[in-house]
Amino acid sequence: MKAAAFAYERPSDLKAALALMAGARGSTRIIAGGQSLGPMLNLRLVRPELLVDIAGLAELKQVDRGGDELVIGACVTHADIEDGRIPDVTRGAMRRVAASIAYRAVRNRGTIGGSLSHADPAADWVCALPALGAKIRLRSTRGLRELAIEDFITGALESALQEAEIVEAVRVPVMRPAARWGYVKACRKPGEFAHAIAAVLIDPESTGARVVVGAIAAPPIVLHDAAPLFGGRVTADFHRQFDARIADAMLAKAGVTNAADRHIHVAVLRRAIAEAAA
Amino acid sequence: MSEVERLSSSSTPDQGVGARLPRKEDDRFMRGRGQYVADIRLPGLRDVAFVRSPLAHGRIKAIHVPERYSGLVFTAADLFGVKPIRAVSGLPGFKISEQPVLATGKVRHVGELVAMCAAPTRAEAEDIAASVTLDLEPLPAVYDMRRAREAGSALVHDHWGDNVFLESVFEVDITPALDAPIKVTREISTARQCMSPLEGRGVVATFDHRLDQLTLYTGAQMPHIVRNGLSDCLGIEQGRIRIISPDIGGGFGHKGILLPEEVCLSWLALEKGLTVRWIEDRYEHLSASANCREHYYNITVYADRDGRLRGIDCEATVDSGAYSSYPFSACLEAAQVASILPGPYRMPAYRCRTFSAATNKCPILPYRGVARTGVCFALEIMLDAVAAEAGLEPAEVRLRNLVGPEEMPFDNITKKHFDSGNYPEAMRRALAAIDIAAVRERQRRKEPDGRLIGVGLSVYCEQAAHGTSVYAGWGIPMVPGHEQATARMTPDGGLEIRVGVHSHGQGLETTLAQVAHEILGIDTAKVRVVHGDTALTPYSTGTWGSRSMVMAGGAVGTACEAIAGRAKHIGAKLLQLDPASVSLRDGRVCGPNSSIGLAEIAHTWYRRPHELPPDVNPGGLEATSGYKPQRDSGTFSYAVHAVIVAVDPDLGDIELLDYVIVEDGGVLVNPMIVDGQIYGGLAQGIGTALYEEMPFDAEGQPLATTLADYLLPGPTEIPEPRLDHMQTASPYTMFGVKGIGEGGAIAPPAAITNAVNDALRPLGVELLRSPISARRIVEAILAAREAEGPAA
Repeated sequence: MKAAAFAYERPSDLKAALALMAGARGSTRIIAGGQSLGPMLNLRLVRPELLVDIAGLAELKQVDRGGDELVIGACVTHADIEDGRIPDVTRGAMRRVAASIAYRAVRNRGTIGGSLSHADPAADWVCALPALGAKIRLRSTRGLRELAIEDFITGALESALQEAEIVEAVRVPVMRPAARWGYVKACRKPGEFAHAIAAVLIDPESTGARVVVGAIAAPPIVLHDAAPLFGGRVTADFHRQFDARIADAMLAKAGVTNAADRHIHVAVLRRAIAEAAA
Repeated sequence: MSEVERLSSSSTPDQGVGARLPRKEDDRFMRGRGQYVADIRLPGLRDVAFVRSPLAHGRIKAIHVPERYSGLVFTAADLFGVKPIRAVSGLPGFKISEQPVLATGKVRHVGELVAMCAAPTRAEAEDIAASVTLDLEPLPAVYDMRRAREAGSALVHDHWGDNVFLESVFEVDITPALDAPIKVTREISTARQCMSPLEGRGVVATFDHRLDQLTLYTGAQMPHIVRNGLSDCLGIEQGRIRIISPDIGGGFGHKGILLPEEVCLSWLALEKGLTVRWIEDRYEHLSASANCREHYYNITVYADRDGRLRGIDCEATVDSGAYSSYPFSACLEAAQVASILPGPYRMPAYRCRTFSAATNKCPILPYRGVARTGVCFALEIMLDAVAAEAGLEPAEVRLRNLVGPEEMPFDNITKKHFDSGNYPEAMRRALAAIDIAAVRERQRRKEPDGRLIGVGLSVYCEQAAHGTSVYAGWGIPMVPGHEQATARMTPDGGLEIRVGVHSHGQGLETTLAQVAHEILGIDTAKVRVVHGDTALTPYSTGTWGSRSMVMAGGAVGTACEAIAGRAKHIGAKLLQLDPASVSLRDGRVCGPNSSIGLAEIAHTWYRRPHELPPDVNPGGLEATSGYKPQRDSGTFSYAVHAVIVAVDPDLGDIELLDYVIVEDGGVLVNPMIVDGQIYGGLAQGIGTALYEEMPFDAEGQPLATTLADYLLPGPTEIPEPRLDHMQTASPYTMFGVKGIGEGGAIAPPAAITNAVNDALRPLGVELLRSPISARRIVEAILAAREAEGPAA
């Protein structure tokens, strides 16, 4: 199938892009890497009147290391992260996540901001970034606002993006040396969308644990304090304290009614925890 | 004297039969210079988009075309005089379906063509198509082939009274088997699939006024058969139709059918004077062409305690879809199940009842392996079940029942005539290569990562190049007769070969040149194979049924032999020798002390005819010749597949750790090309085994309509198999060749499923439905746990 006709603009800077968006009368979509939007356009699942191409905006490809965080421009590609072309403050975690996204051809074009805007519940950044404690920076002609990633993703393919608003950047906090990271996903074959994802960031020193269970039909389950999964306390031998029954109940409560689905999610979570402990 | 000895004129084994000659066609393919239908540009070319049925089953109340597009949209009402596609089988009881090229009265599957629109670009054509609204009265969808047979089911074809194209029975008194000590019964099924060639279908149609001829460019495995069908539907004489089938990016059976789209575009060219094209896109392929593989078996195998088979009793249903496709018909697949199920195994009793069920899905087509993939899946799983029941190694059960080499040629219980082979030897080689004992030891040791190891076997045979008598029996619109080829020397000593089969991955441009070289000794670089054009090639039923190497190879061989005889006659005269005293060697006619090259002989024939002998054969150095093997019951190539898997019982993931194929394809014309056929077939077989499935909901809607949902295996899923070739010559064919094109795709689902079942047997799990996806494995493990009772 071929896309329905649309107008196409390639603004020269972010300000012009925002102005275009604010001034547009009909439906508007932003395109960056186009790895999700492209097929949706061709299948005519989305039929915007105006497509604003931001892939060339240098401002959105910038990366700033400041203090205890890294600010990553929305148009940084998965491959930029995978290949280490931008600094890493997560002790390799983001590079490994990036390397596991779809196929290299997708990673070459797909962007971190685009992936979040698309808000697919099975997308890697949608699940990994909440576990890393990342925030998203949104900009429009009305100004700037910031949300935690988990507050940004509001549903399957639904986000908190407002009319004429653009994802500008992602802010990722520096990972503490004592923190342990685990990220595991189950895919029908390498490169396919996951049907279960678990991301865990566990810091036994601060007895904190963030756990994300994703690739369910809704936004990921984000536990800011995952201690209940470990018998109430996160200790040095946390992986031995993991209680699968609590995880199973959590999934059931989140609406995962199928037992096989829950079994797979719990198995993936157990592996992510084991990876963090390894 | 064997045919090989009789025919061989070549002393350069690097080019003749048996040479691993690099493929001549690869130069253009590897440089991206192939020409596919979508590459064809003609002046004034317009793109066609179709309005397709959104419903699986519905009555057409009205079709609304917006005023602004009137005259640009065509429906069945416009196609005055165009006949529906009919593929009637002569088997008794067959019910006839008529497939209108644009729907009339009812729509019978999602994606059925309802209207067509032409515009300067595909996007604009799709805009017009999207503006057409269909007023359809929904009818209950017949989406399940087994429920389709129940009384009270909605009817796909109202006047039939049921949903069965054909019911057939093959029985050799089953009663002596019934008291066997081992009786194993299972329900086994295979998913509906999309063949998924890299290139989908494509059609370009234009009218040539000078020739008063419709020219249809279409990716077709069987150009001459398409012409037959088009002539029938359009009611125009065959001479006014030229079919050109250029390069094809994968056939597999998907391009072995007369398409409604071909008829529609031909009509636009004939009646509207338009030059039009339609290129199937992936969405159309997935949503409207899930056209193969869906079988259901209720099967019982009877055996003695030592594993010897006493008999098989089976009822099989094939989901044939809504219409009988041209030319293979809706019943070939199911009827084939009954005749091929016993395969190369001996048994004294047999019964198989089959149903070709009509459903609200697109018509079934024969996909690489046709019914064999499903039959192999069912039978080989059953043999493992018998082995488990008897407490024997699965290999042992097979070895006790496989036909032995001393019994060849062998007529099995369904009277299939196995021409040659040594099946037990292939099994023994496979067992040695896969090292069963080491696998059993590894299973006892258990894996440190918690995965479970299993080993699986399967044996298949592939009847190929079966001819006139077999297809006359099916009574379908296409019966292959003598295969013809034209061979023509050029004045400079080159050779042109014209064949009606089509090469689309088989490498026939190379292997047919090798056959010519074997006989004439002409350098294969100077042999051109012309195919894919009804105006340039002799009639042929085309490329299907793994027939082209046997049939077209034989035809090229006989045509070249004819030329060889004539060239020797001319050459002897030029050497001033008795024609009986010369022979043809290395491209030269040789007498005791002198010789003359074919190029010089050709030069004489064409350009210096005054030097020819007075009694020269006036046919000269061009010959069209027909060929049939000594028997037309087909060649039987076969293989044993053996695979070791590791199964992750938590996630259901499968890794193929080792894959061995011991294959006997008769004398191999080009073993490298055969290896390629096996690799490609294995990839498709792995897809069938593990990934590929088009699910339908209760409304008959296909659910995997993008490649994100319809999974195909890729490089990360396909191991490099270890291949071992046996080469048992067929006694009936030129050079002893056999057809080998489909085999790689037949055995993997059975072998892999048996391996996974072997791995999971300690958990009480047995998988009986393809694909054995990770999801199905997890569900089966959980169900087995549930059945065991609450965990301790």
